[in-house]
Amino acid sequence: MLLDGINAHKACHHKEGHPHHHPHAGDGPVETHTHGGRKIKVVRRVLDANDIMAGVNRKLFAENRVFVLNLMSSPGSGKTTTLEKTLQHLMPEFSCAVIVGDICTTQDADRLAVSGAPVVQINTDAFGGDCHLAAHVIEKALGGLDLNALDILIVENIGNLVCPAEFDIGEDKRAVILSVTEGEDKPLKYPLMFRECDAALLNKIDLLPYLDYDVKLAAANILQIHPDMPVFETSAKTEEGFEPWLAWIKASAKEKLG
Amino acid sequence: MHEMGVAMQIVEIATASIPGDLTGARVAKVNLKVGKLSAIVPDSLQFCFEVVSKDTALEGARLHITEIPVQAACNTCRNAWTIEQPAFSCPACRSGDITLLSGRELDIESIELAEEDN
Repeated sequence: MLLDGINAHKACHHKEGHPHHHPHAGDGPVETHTHGGRKIKVVRRVLDANDIMAGVNRKLFAENRVFVLNLMSSPGSGKTTTLEKTLQHLMPEFSCAVIVGDICTTQDADRLAVSGAPVVQINTDAFGGDCHLAAHVIEKALGGLDLNALDILIVENIGNLVCPAEFDIGEDKRAVILSVTEGEDKPLKYPLMFRECDAALLNKIDLLPYLDYDVKLAAANILQIHPDMPVFETSAKTEEGFEPWLAWIKASAKEKLG
Repeated sequence: MHEMGVAMQIVEIATASIPGDLTGARVAKVNLKVGKLSAIVPDSLQFCFEVVSKDTALEGARLHITEIPVQAACNTCRNAWTIEQPAFSCPACRSGDITLLSGRELDIESIELAEEDN
């Protein structure tokens, strides 16, 4: 199914019109003095409203026993192909669904629908649009899914190595894909993304014979940002290196589903 | 890249923080903490804030941004240090088991109301 034109910022405003009604650890007391030019203590996280909604999503996922993976990368790193192949391997064992975020078009949803998994497409805007999927956008998209029937929900985030890292959507695990056509230094340039993720894929390794790419250096750079993070060298095209990646997802899902 | 949305949130939170008994109060300054690891570009946030604060109680208010360094503590040897380069292992014992103490902030600390003209 399609959910067109969910504009994150507009929707955000409706949801967060009265942020003080939500209790939150960050909420500070409002001090009052009687002088003009006075200072009022606020002490609140600007993204409070997103965190609260992410908490609502997380509770919903827990109640329905759904493992949620947030898949992030820059545009063109092979997210959709990786997802297509990943679904093919997970589907016999797990009931899967996908939420796919794009600024424009339904091409990814069309490709992923072939797997037989329910796919909800979110277009953040017709042109321009948003740089990330926020928690309330996910919450809206969940209306199109039967959570109770699911084991695994994979969210394909907007192609961007910066902003999605900042927004909790209620997921259990986060994975980032870096392709070998992107340069070994990317983890160092986008540290928050690699810091926030639980696993990394070095994708398109089938292209290595044609590139001057140092896989060891790329992996070392990932580990410099996030020591001990699993790094899977994969080719979504040939499925080389897919076994350890699939095993990681399955183990993570089983950890939650029991 | 989501500075516009963040600026809108700042205006919303700051507006809601003006005590209800002060009708017509204007905000002169918003004090904001931004961690160096947060995905926010201060200059771009300043620009967006100017745009979205128009026609609100925050129009013309100054957005005062304090950048917060990335500080870490090692869970193995208890060393504490400031991360300046993109490297997240303990410089003393090389352990990767560390805790980030700061650097992810995106917090409104306080607002300052404008002096009333009377």
